[in-house]
Amino acid sequence: MLAFIVSRLLQSLAVMLAVSFVCFTLFNFVGDPVNNMVGQEAGPAEREEMRRELGLEDSVAIQFLRFLGNAATGNFGKSYRLARPVSDLIVERMPATLELVAVAALLALSMGIPLGVLTALRRNSVDSGAIMTFSLAGVAMPTFVIGILLIYVFSVECKTWAPAIGLPPDWCFPSFGRGETVKLGWWNTGLLTASGLKAIVLPAFTLSLFQMTLVLRLVRSQMLEVLRTDYIKFARARGLTDRAVHFRHALKNTLLPVITVIGIQVGGLIAFSIITETVFQWPGMGQLFIQSVQFADIPVMAAYLVMVSFIFVAINFFVDLLYAAIDPRLRLDRAQLGTAGG
Amino acid sequence: MFVARLAALTAAALCVVSTADAKTLRWASQGDALTLDPYSQNEGPTTAMNTHFYDALISRDPKLAKVPGLALSWKPISPEVWEFKLRPDVKFSDGTPFTADDVVFSYNRALAPSSDFRAYISSIKEVKAIDPLTVHIITAGPNPILPDYTTSILIMSKAWSEKHNVTKPQNFKDKEETYAVRNAMGTGPYMVKQRDPDVRTVMVKNPTYWGAKEFPNYPDELVYTPIKEPATRVAALISGQVDFVLDAPLQDIARIKQTAGLKTEETAQVRSIFLGLDMGSAELKYSDVKGKNPFADKRVRQAMYQAIDINAIKAKVMRNFAAPAGLITSPGVHGYTQALDQRLKYDVAAAKKLMAEAGYPNGFSVALDCPNDRYNNDEPICQAVTGMLAQIGIKVDLQARSKTLHFPKVQKKDSSMFLLGWGVPTLDSHYVFTFLYQTNDPAKKVGGWNYTNYSNAKLDELTDAMLKEVDQAKRDKMIADAWALAVADMPYLPLHHQLIVWSMSDKVTIPIFANDSPNFKYSTIK
Amino acid sequence: MSDRSTTLARFRDSDMWWSFRRSPLTVAAALVTLVYFMAAAFAPWVAPFDPFDVKSLNLMDAFTPPAWNEGGTAKHPLGTDNQGRDMLSAILYGSRVSLMIGLAAIVLSVTTGVLLGLLAGFRGGWVESVIMRMADIQLTVPAILIALTLDGVARVVLPKGVHDSVAIWVLVLSIGFAYWPQFARVTRATTLAEKNKDYVNAARIIGVPGARIALAHVLPNAWGPVLVIATIELALAVIAEASLSYLGVGMPATQPSLGTLIRIGNAFLFSGEWWIVIFPALALVVLSLSVNLLGDWLRDALNPRLR
Repeated sequence: MLAFIVSRLLQSLAVMLAVSFVCFTLFNFVGDPVNNMVGQEAGPAEREEMRRELGLEDSVAIQFLRFLGNAATGNFGKSYRLARPVSDLIVERMPATLELVAVAALLALSMGIPLGVLTALRRNSVDSGAIMTFSLAGVAMPTFVIGILLIYVFSVECKTWAPAIGLPPDWCFPSFGRGETVKLGWWNTGLLTASGLKAIVLPAFTLSLFQMTLVLRLVRSQMLEVLRTDYIKFARARGLTDRAVHFRHALKNTLLPVITVIGIQVGGLIAFSIITETVFQWPGMGQLFIQSVQFADIPVMAAYLVMVSFIFVAINFFVDLLYAAIDPRLRLDRAQLGTAGG
Repeated sequence: MFVARLAALTAAALCVVSTADAKTLRWASQGDALTLDPYSQNEGPTTAMNTHFYDALISRDPKLAKVPGLALSWKPISPEVWEFKLRPDVKFSDGTPFTADDVVFSYNRALAPSSDFRAYISSIKEVKAIDPLTVHIITAGPNPILPDYTTSILIMSKAWSEKHNVTKPQNFKDKEETYAVRNAMGTGPYMVKQRDPDVRTVMVKNPTYWGAKEFPNYPDELVYTPIKEPATRVAALISGQVDFVLDAPLQDIARIKQTAGLKTEETAQVRSIFLGLDMGSAELKYSDVKGKNPFADKRVRQAMYQAIDINAIKAKVMRNFAAPAGLITSPGVHGYTQALDQRLKYDVAAAKKLMAEAGYPNGFSVALDCPNDRYNNDEPICQAVTGMLAQIGIKVDLQARSKTLHFPKVQKKDSSMFLLGWGVPTLDSHYVFTFLYQTNDPAKKVGGWNYTNYSNAKLDELTDAMLKEVDQAKRDKMIADAWALAVADMPYLPLHHQLIVWSMSDKVTIPIFANDSPNFKYSTIK
Repeated sequence: MSDRSTTLARFRDSDMWWSFRRSPLTVAAALVTLVYFMAAAFAPWVAPFDPFDVKSLNLMDAFTPPAWNEGGTAKHPLGTDNQGRDMLSAILYGSRVSLMIGLAAIVLSVTTGVLLGLLAGFRGGWVESVIMRMADIQLTVPAILIALTLDGVARVVLPKGVHDSVAIWVLVLSIGFAYWPQFARVTRATTLAEKNKDYVNAARIIGVPGARIALAHVLPNAWGPVLVIATIELALAVIAEASLSYLGVGMPATQPSLGTLIRIGNAFLFSGEWWIVIFPALALVVLSLSVNLLGDWLRDALNPRLR
């Protein structure tokens, strides 16, 4: 077991090194930060001087080593655009993204799992057919289309239809931002204020829909597999009630692999939050990333990619450990579950 | 224990909500200020934000006329010396008095190498405090338009800057983070309460503001949120989450006007949009014509000009929020006249004939560089031009990019044809000539934005002369002559002057500023 | 190799055909998908206008509403966009672009994935470790992030003029590269299951070259799951392309895909010109929905245990 942990740890480190190198060297060629930093009217000589001062004239290798050394100490340099330490920016933006991702994950699970169980148990009924079709809509609709439609219906047009059906006009949801936030130490939370809670509803739902349908479908297919196994047949033969069979035995065996896959899906939520944050103007890391791409803000982009890769690698590492702990046979190959992630 | 803390926090949060219904104005625009250091970045939105915390010696009123700011009066006392009489009894928001020393300190700070405002006041030799309320600005050679240039130099406190070790402007090049980047302390109408760049900025009324009598009713608190997505910005206004949007998309203005409780303010902006043509190179870099430069032939430039149906662009692309232009400077700028601002007629037949005469009956191909996030509907304008030039056989390869990529490409003179917009902060034609028309000469620091390789010795001479000419009548004549040359030589194809539209709730009143910089001390909210 | 008529006959009698006919939704999905493919293939002949021909556009035609609305004309049944482009033609051509990108990306990831999967399965050892760890790593990073990063980089590394003319291939590469691991895994799993079977050993003994064994004998066993994954990922690839275009790093406005059309139209959602965004969005959702339904059915049909 220890050897397994060590080897996975080494692999993870190697991956992180590769990712750092790739995202740094790639973004070394992106954009020209100089123009954003001198005024529109600066002359070519000033521009050349700035390129030199930024170290953009050095070789790629030297720039990477400089970057790596700094990154290892948590110093990603300063943002070209905002002129502030990148680590500060990431720390400021991280709570917004993590809260959004957490609420979205919660929504995806709390709706995906029961619906998945329901459609597996009643797989030929009309309502489960309807749910499966709806779940396809979740897969088929691009995130940004869902977000735009939700804003249109629940915050813009809402002013017209909500009073008409007897809801107060301020029932409508905000279309952007986090609402009021409260500082808990360095963590800036929107989950403790009424306006903050209200503001997270639409973006979290938008973000969760795709993952919700994946969880739903995964739970359904796992549940169907489990229901076919011999020991469930045996349990039925023993005369246990449907309820006991379904929930005590089948669901338990379904959820263990599902929950580990969820871990990987959280990574997906972080990536998709780039789109959701853009639509809802959510002040998180994804928005910071897109803004940095637009401003060719290399340090921020590099730091974001390294950060996100780190989260993915860490999640993957723990999922691997969890697998190994649950079932040593699965240690090397979780291909079957992985593919379900889409 | 935890529950108690949670309850306390929730209560605290609710308090925050309840204070928000004092007179708060919430506003949004596309992009945030880059820094609060007033000399670090010469960028429109940055200066617009900082004007709420700091005052200049001379301010601009909603009509952009010069009005007394921290100086009550100004006059030249010799050709090279301007005397400014300062406003008495002004206090900074920390309660310390404002004196001539702060002015001297500020101008020296704005002249430091890390300042982005040096070009504005490069003619200044020395700034001297004569007594606590008198300042002399000594220039190298006469500078009749110095007062116009001072409106961009905001005044900081010497004591505050020394205390917080910000006596030099933030050095953007070295990614410097100083106290002045996220904090501001001036004599202006507001103080910074919270500053989260790109997320939220809260400003509260400065209790010691000198203009409190003149401006008694402006909002107690301003909450600024940048909202990048245009559709989200409109949604935020319609759903009542913000009271004021600086830059709603033009196509949504009609809807905003129809929405109960919302209104708009409109005016011509001091900014003209035009196409630049590389007419000076021996051969175009991005064209199928080799060995010669089709743009060097005035008939080709004129054909392109006359092939552009500016009224269709105005109606369909700009939704009538544009004024077709014959001149690349706008009404309100010194030297602009209605007579000069006339377009050549839209006439495809004439354009085709000119193309044939120039030897291009079947046209040619050329790449057009266009920003997609800088000016009102910039990319759609370029798309429309692409279709129109196709009518006279010019096959345009449209290359639209973010401004972060567009400007460097054009600045490297790596463009045969480009879209550009030009505003005039000094409100004087000299600014346009020296940047756009003078022969590009880095040593002389002129022609910095002339990427057409256009060069006319006569125009260069006029431009240099109009900077120093003190006789107003003579100077006006120079400007008019220079414009006549510029219009005739046609290195740029003018398109239109932008109109700006500010959208807001009925509860808000604010006069619109033609420089697109809202000044909320002129606003009220119910 | 059996001849054609018996293959058809066998298919007609098969479970698959039976389950296909039994599900009206699947039949509808298949029909709709077919229509899209036909429309895409024949867009230049069926579309009333060529939306890529700027010379034919007249700006004064812009914002014409659909034919049944006030101000609409029969000339433009679905109205026109902000440049005066016929929406119906733009959607036909847009579907063509979207499907081309999706299909090419999937072909690329199937080819790469299957070859790497076979290689991993047959060679074993460090080759297998390297390939499968690469697949693992890539699976942990969401495809959209990989595609976004690759596409963003390509946009800057390539000169803009070059990029626009090859934008379609940049998208194919970035999306195709993002999806190969699934195919590698499933192929490798099949390979591992098959490679020690008697017929493979027999072929090996009589001297059939390894590559031939892999491609002619082992690979056909993997086609089922590969087809299922390919169908589902075709829909994902189409959506990925649309998302990249929405974020502004996809197809240029001069050669719009469905995603680009939605991005352009999004600006007119609140201004009353709803047809510019709604029609392309509907077209995208219906396409993706049909392909997904087909994929679902294929998966269930090829895995009868779950039916």
